[in-house]
Amino acid sequence: MPRFVRYLAPLVAFIALAGLLYKGLSLDPKLVPSPLIDKPAPAFSLPLLQHPDTLISNSDFKGEVTLFNVWATWCVACRQEHPLLMQLAKQGVRIYGLNYKDERAAAKRWLQMFGDPYLANAFDEDGRTGINWGVYGTPETFVVDKKGIIRHKVIGPLTSESIKHELLPLLKQLQEEDG
Amino acid sequence: MMPRKLLFLAILLTTFTGAMAAGLEAFDFSGNVNEDRYKNLIAQLRCLVCQNQSLADSDAELAHDLRREVWELMDQGKSDREVKDFLVARYGDFVLYKPPVKPSTYILWYGPFALLAIGLLVLLRILKSRSKQTDSGFSAEEQERLKKILDSDRPDGK
Repeated sequence: MPRFVRYLAPLVAFIALAGLLYKGLSLDPKLVPSPLIDKPAPAFSLPLLQHPDTLISNSDFKGEVTLFNVWATWCVACRQEHPLLMQLAKQGVRIYGLNYKDERAAAKRWLQMFGDPYLANAFDEDGRTGINWGVYGTPETFVVDKKGIIRHKVIGPLTSESIKHELLPLLKQLQEEDG
Repeated sequence: MMPRKLLFLAILLTTFTGAMAAGLEAFDFSGNVNEDRYKNLIAQLRCLVCQNQSLADSDAELAHDLRREVWELMDQGKSDREVKDFLVARYGDFVLYKPPVKPSTYILWYGPFALLAIGLLVLLRILKSRSKQTDSGFSAEEQERLKKILDSDRPDGK
């Protein structure tokens, strides 16, 4: 082995390790990648939040690019996210909601007070649909394409940054795909 | 008086957190579900909300729901493997404390052995090169001169 290789090897190893650890610093262990990305949205059939006698299922948002937003009135970050959802709805983005482990009256009051960005809300009282969708922390937002495939998942509240740089470009791209 | 009270309070609080365990639901274990198997299984599954606790330890709302789910699947006669597959399909390998062996986890499973092998190779090389160095590195002529110098009383060897 040439001498310079022998002397450089520890330096290279150190730089590689430092690079690896540096990358680790910027990873958030709270963000668990969903195995459901690029898989068909899990089927559900739940009563509507506003009309308990009417059922909503994931076939209701087939054919169109849809956001499926998981929220609850007990979720502080959902409150923070809510105005952004209102803005998105105004821009014509189709948003359905999954009202997760919540109280019906409280959820209705919330929508009255802060506005209702949702086309409809599924009322998931016992959280089973949430489990089927791999929900582990509200808010979570799924992007479902025209074919009913989950294409993206945002864990935690949307931000104006992430909407501008990630969500809207993705929605635009998905709109151009065939249904 | 005051510091003493504070100390007492501190000790009291640490004792309580130590004793705090997840409020396990009262499931019925008289039917299909074997309690030992259930407890063993939930101890191997990770709670996603409080990531360093197992489903057995966690008091998070989601952990309650997932324990209910595990119990119900077991009640339906599902095997441990099937219960784990159910959760992995929804939450990914992250729910398993023991990650499966597959290409993306090879480095995790085999990395330490690879490092050990590299270490042993380096050690062998070093030992080999050392054993070569036992000959002094002087030529026959030089050794004769050296012997002369050492045998002689004079520093110039004459």
